[in-house]
Parts: sequence; C-alpha cells; structure tokens
Amino acid sequence: MPSLDDFRKRIKSVKSTQKITKAMQMVAAAKLRKAQENAEKGRPYSEKMNNIILNLSNSITDKENAPKLLTGTGADKVHLCVVLTADRGLCGGFNSNIVKKAKSFFKKIKSEGKSLKIITVGSKGYDQLKRVYGSQIIEKISFKNSKVANYLDAEIAGKKIIELFEKNEFDMCTIFYNQFKNVITQIPQEQQIIPLKSNEIKKNSVEDNYEFEPEEDEILSNLLPKNISTQIFKAMLENSASEQGSRMTAMDSATRNAGELVDKLTINYNRSRQAAITKELIEIISGAESL
Amino acid sequence: MNNGFKLEIVNPEKSFLSKENVSEVVVPAYEGEMGILKNHISIISFLKPGLVKVFETDSKEENYYVEDGIIEFKNNCLSILTSNIFDIKKIDKKEVSNILAKAEKDVQNSDISDQAKYLIDHKIEVLKSLTLN
Repeated sequence: MPSLDDFRKRIKSVKSTQKITKAMQMVAAAKLRKAQENAEKGRPYSEKMNNIILNLSNSITDKENAPKLLTGTGADKVHLCVVLTADRGLCGGFNSNIVKKAKSFFKKIKSEGKSLKIITVGSKGYDQLKRVYGSQIIEKISFKNSKVANYLDAEIAGKKIIELFEKNEFDMCTIFYNQFKNVITQIPQEQQIIPLKSNEIKKNSVEDNYEFEPEEDEILSNLLPKNISTQIFKAMLENSASEQGSRMTAMDSATRNAGELVDKLTINYNRSRQAAITKELIEIISGAESL
Repeated sequence: MNNGFKLEIVNPEKSFLSKENVSEVVVPAYEGEMGILKNHISIISFLKPGLVKVFETDSKEENYYVEDGIIEFKNNCLSILTSNIFDIKKIDKKEVSNILAKAEKDVQNSDISDQAKYLIDHKIEVLKSLTLN
C-alpha cells in the first residue's frame, strides 16, 4: 500500500503532465488552423498543374518519344519510395500510420522480387525504418529548421529524386504521406509519381485542342520535374496539417486521461487518509478501554 | 458587352492574384513577349524571367516580375502558375539586388547548359532594368 505521501507526489506529477499535454494541445490547435489554411491555399496550384499535364499528355501523339518521367523507363525493377513523416513525435498514430502503410508496400515489392530504395523525409520516419530497412535508405532529408512547409524545401527533395531518376537509379517512384481529411481522420496515402498513373491520364480525354509554344514534348519535359516538386509540396502541406490535427487529438485524449487518473488517485488518496484516521481512532479507543 | 476575361495567378503557397475582368495580359513567353486578349485560342506556354503586364478594363496597368512559370489559356480564363512572383510597386530594392547577385553568381558557374545560361542572362537583364527605374 503506497503511503499518503506517495499518493500526493503521484497526483502532483500527473497534474503537471496534464498541464503540458494541455498546452501542447492548444499550440497544435493554433498551428492546425494555419496549416489547414496553407493546405487549402496550396491546392489550386497543384490542381492546375495536374490539369495542364493531363491536357498535354493527351495531346502527345508520339507516345514512344514522350519524356521518360511521364511514361516510365519501361521496366519496374527498382522502386523508389519516398516516405514523408514529421520531425516530431507525440502526435498519436501519425508517423506510425505512414510507416505501416509504407512497410506493407515494401513487403509487397520484396515478395515480387524487386529491389527497393527508400528516401525518408522527416526524422521520425527514418527512426522507425532504419532498423529493418536501414540498408535500403539511400537518403534522409529533414526540414527541422523550417517552421512551415515551404516550396523551396519541396524543390530540394524533388530535384534529388529527378537526379536519381536521370542516373537510372530507379524505375518507379511512390510517395507516402498522410492526407488530411479532418481533425480526427488522416488517411495514409501512397501515390505513384513516376511514371504518372495512366488511368489518371485517360480520365478527361475529351479536351479541346491547345496551341503549344514551344512544342508539347519540350513543355512536358520541363513541366514534369516541376510537377514532382509540386506533388511533394502538396504532400508536405497535407502532412503538416495532418500532423497538427493528429497531435491535437492525441493531446486532447492525453489530457482527458490525465484528468481521469487524477480523479482516481484522489479517491485512493482520500480513502487511505480516512483509513489512517480510523486506524488511529481505533488505537486510541482500544487503548482507553483496556485501562 | 464586356470584353474582359478572367486572370488567375497562383504560386505554390497560395493563390496570388485573381481578377475577373482584365482586358489584356502581356506575358514574357518563352519565344518572346505575348499579349493575350479575349477569345485567344487555347494555349499552353512557358514563361521566362520578365514582366507580366496586366491591363484591366478600366485601363489600369499593373506589373509583376516573374521568374518562371507556365500559362494556360482556356475558355477565356488565363492561369499563370509560377513559383516566384513580385508586385513591382511593392518590391523591395534590396530583394531585387539579392536575386540579381545570386543570378550573377549562377552565371559564373560553368557546368550549366547553354539554355540555362541564356535564361539567367535574360534574368539579369530584366533585373537590372528594374533596379534602374
């Protein structure tokens, strides 16, 4: 049986933890609003970019000579997976959900006998993957220093991917991130960016004719690398909104749990205090009786 | 009859500018400056560094400096996608000289392609003309 002093210490420590989680929740809530706003503002750009690329790829007649970034290398031997996670923990299942999704994809690739290369963006993903897939991680990128997701960071990551692609280091590229649906739901996503999914290309084939300046393939080969950065940037924006949302809910339930624990401990504390008083009384009474 | 069209300028972070009724936009397209009026044929083109001039129907003129980008014109709606854009009126002289200094450093770099070099040269030219004004 813990002593009264133990209870008191325990209650105090839980209460101070609760203060921390509460503060984190409020900070996350404030940041969430900003991140959500950014994610929404960023959408038109990536949507427009996507549209233009769709229109362009539809009008390309000569599929054979189309840029490799669009059609792929023709092989699918080497997969590059870009796992985008947060740099900080304490955000519920946010990081592990992405990693879980990625891991199941890795397993599938391995069982098909293909080789795997991994780039991790954000330090938490690296921490979780290094034990099992350490040898496959070819690059780890972390943007700890930037407060909010910005396009320059995405461009750095995008350029790295394109560099690797031009060296023929991989055939296909997939990115993993959390899509922000609402504060309590974030859906881990896998999105193939190289080659562009063909079913997406076919979707709106009925489009009017465009005039191009310069030629289609020249535009495409300039545009596709940009699209990769844009997609990564979109993923980063979604991720940062998801991270804050996830942290907010996690911290909210942590605060509630701490409150419950404090209640329980207080009851126990009162009970054992009462027991100590009763015991003392019995001692006094029985001492007086025996006289 | 209204003879304006819709203009949207977006950069990755946000939608930079949206105007419902502009009469003409001059963009620094890849193969020379290009003026776009209402009912232009659908077009997709690249931008090189330069000035985007926006003329509104009430003949107000606005200038923006862009570093690169893509334009798409369709159904009387012009979308300009760019990663770097400034309003000329609000731009900081210091910022211009920063970009200029960086571009001048880039052009010294010998292992860039001729095309990239041409673009940077052009950028320097535009920036210089900006700082003079």
